[in-house]
This record gives sequence, C-alpha cells and structure tokens, in this order.
Amino acid sequence: MTPAHHLDHSTILAYAAGTLDESIGLVVASHLAWCPQCRAAVRAAEALGGELMEQLPDAAVSDGCRARTMAMLDGATLHRFPAPPVADAAVPGPLARLLPVANLDELPWKKKAPGVAIYDVKLSPTAKGQVKLLRIGPGRAVPEHGHGGEEVTLILSGAYRDHMGRFGRGDVADLDEDIEHKPVAEAGGDCICLVAIERPTRFKSFAARLMQPLVGI
Amino acid sequence: MLVAVMTTVEQHSKHDKVILEAEFRNLMKRVAQNRDRAAFEKLFTHFAPRLKSFMMRKNANAELAEDLVQEAMIAVWNKAGLYEPGKGSVTTWIFTIARNLRIDRIRREAPMPLVELGDYDEASDDPPGDEVLARKQEDSLVSKALGGIPEEQRQILLLSFVEDMAQSEIATRLNIPLGTVKSRMRLAYGHLRRILEIQP
Ligand SMILES: [Zn+2]
Repeated sequence: MTPAHHLDHSTILAYAAGTLDESIGLVVASHLAWCPQCRAAVRAAEALGGELMEQLPDAAVSDGCRARTMAMLDGATLHRFPAPPVADAAVPGPLARLLPVANLDELPWKKKAPGVAIYDVKLSPTAKGQVKLLRIGPGRAVPEHGHGGEEVTLILSGAYRDHMGRFGRGDVADLDEDIEHKPVAEAGGDCICLVAIERPTRFKSFAARLMQPLVGI
Repeated sequence: MLVAVMTTVEQHSKHDKVILEAEFRNLMKRVAQNRDRAAFEKLFTHFAPRLKSFMMRKNANAELAEDLVQEAMIAVWNKAGLYEPGKGSVTTWIFTIARNLRIDRIRREAPMPLVELGDYDEASDDPPGDEVLARKQEDSLVSKALGGIPEEQRQILLLSFVEDMAQSEIATRLNIPLGTVKSRMRLAYGHLRRILEIQP
C-alpha cells in the first residue's frame, strides 16, 4: 500500500521524539504500519534525535552502575528477529492490540445518526485525548467531531472526499486545528476512519493563558 | 584494561564521525555474534554518560537515571542481533531504545504507542553493502544538518527530543503559539530533508 496523504512533518518529529499523546500516537503508529514513506521520515527524524543525544554533555556514570550492568550480562538472553507482522493487515497492528475483536464488523458499534456509527477505542485513563472509530455510510457526510483541538484521521476502509481531495485506505488527514473541512463518504461502501482528538491544552487569549495554571487545563 | 578501553574511545571521539560510527558498528557486530563483553564495555563507556544525561532530563533523579542507563545498556546487549546497520546508525538505534524506555518507565500511565519500524519494511532491492555505504554517508550528513539549523528551531528540537516536552508544553514554556512550534519543527525537518535528499 502506498498512501497519498501523509503525516505533517511536525507530527513526524513529535512521534520520533516520543512526545505525542496516546490518542494521536495511536493513529500515527497505525499509519506508519501502512506507510513506507512516513516510516522513512521517522527514521530521519530519529537520526536527528540520536545526534541531539550524542551532543549532550556527559553525565558521569558511577562505577556501581557499570559494575551492575556488566554483572547482568550473564543472565541476559539474546533476542532473535521477530516474525514480521502482515503489513497489509485489515486492521493496523497498533490499533488491533486495543480492540476486543479482530474483525471491525464485529465491534459493538453505536449508532449516532442515520448511516453513522461510532466505537470508542479504550485508552489509558490518563490519556489526554480520545480515539474513535467512525463508520460512515455511502454518500453520508462525516459528522462534526470536536473543534479547537488537534485532530488526526486515518482511513481504514472505503474513502471520503473533501476540498483537499480523495482520502482512501491508508491515507491520513493531519490537519491544523483551524482548518475546517466537510468530508463526504464515497458511494459504493462504508468509510471507516480512525480519529484521534486531543483537547486544546491552552487558551488563545493572553488573559486566559494567565489563568491556565490556576484552572489546571 | 579498562583505562586502555576508555582511551581508545576517547581518541576516536576526536576523529571523524564516520570513523566513530564504523567503530560502533563493528562493536555491535562483535556483541551480537560473539557476545563479546569487551566490545560491549566500549559501547558502555561511550554511550552510558550520554544516556544518563538524556535520562536526567524529565523529572528523573540521578539514581533513577542510572537505573534507566543500566536498563538501556542491557537492552543493547539483548537486542544487538536486531540492530540492522542498513537502517540507521548505532547512535540512532540506541537513542530509540532510550526514548522507548523513557516512554515506558517515566510516562508509564499514558504510554505513546510505537511501531517497530523494521517489522514493516519490505526487503530492500539494494544489496546490504550499498545500504551500509549510503548510511555511512548519512551519519555525517545528519550532524551537518543539525549544525545548520537556526537556534530558534534547534531550541524546539532540544525541548522536544531531550526535554521530552509535547508541542503544547513547548508553546507554553516559550510563550509562543502552538502553530509557531509546529512551523519551526517543519522548517527544521525540511532542512534535514534537503541535506539528506530524502523524499517528502
Ligand atoms: Zn505516510
């Protein structure tokens, strides 16, 4: 599979740095499982991380730490190459690990509107954002789902169109929070999307920003 | 013996980056194939102080940092057979081990999902020798790219990769809009991409 729409480069860097919230991280990892181009981009960003670490000032390591590490080598076992997962699996590996069933059709979908169903993917209690699976019937518009936050969408099956073009299986919509779009599912079959929404973590006005530490958002 | 080992690595650090990386690759091979403890200890001597510095950043005290250094280096010993020279430098590989460990151990309550990139890669058409050659070129290019990144972008990279701060945390810390954090990250990546001549 070679997706046509990819992750924003700032998202690639944040993933490589390991600083994404679990919600967005899940959608990003799922796209990576399907996208050789973004995997190459992550490798380049990781090389940058390696170089940044390499240039850090040394922190003296105690003799005890060295001795303990060397003493543990005997008990350690060499890992062998794992069997590679199926790259084109119907559900990308990082998502599959969080679903109760292997087949998306068997999920307990909740009907939200005519032709639209939702399934909430269960994340850790401390995750800042949410991840939802959306199933949109042919020709239906994708419903509004949260504004003013970060949002990343991955198409798992079917396709939708908006003013940015056609988004099919494997494509990712990694949009700035101020971009508005009205996607419509293509005729011919359901469109299933994986959507991460991270609530805004800061207010825009200066006064509100001053209050931010007080209200703990 | 230990002193001799340290001297070798210190001398190398004055040499070209490419030579240093070639030495690391060679040490990794000896660790993977021969379970060579002396080779491992050389890697420890070079990487442990950097790893500790890296681990000291987010809320970690020296004791926890050394625990994580130990854990990271044991992972290097255990996973040495999984290191693929054609996929990236030893330094980069050890950075990803440290990053994953930090996500796992320090942010254990809301971990960031990760994929093992190599698990998904199709077999390359290029002979492995060519990949390694291309990679050797890249080691020095990444260092060059980082050197050419303007200070305001470099600062964002450090807060992100080293201080382990999310984009929104960086925006708050520097009192700049989130969009500015993102655009600086995009510019920094664009610079890297041009120097590495990689596809968008
Ligand atoms: Zn991609």
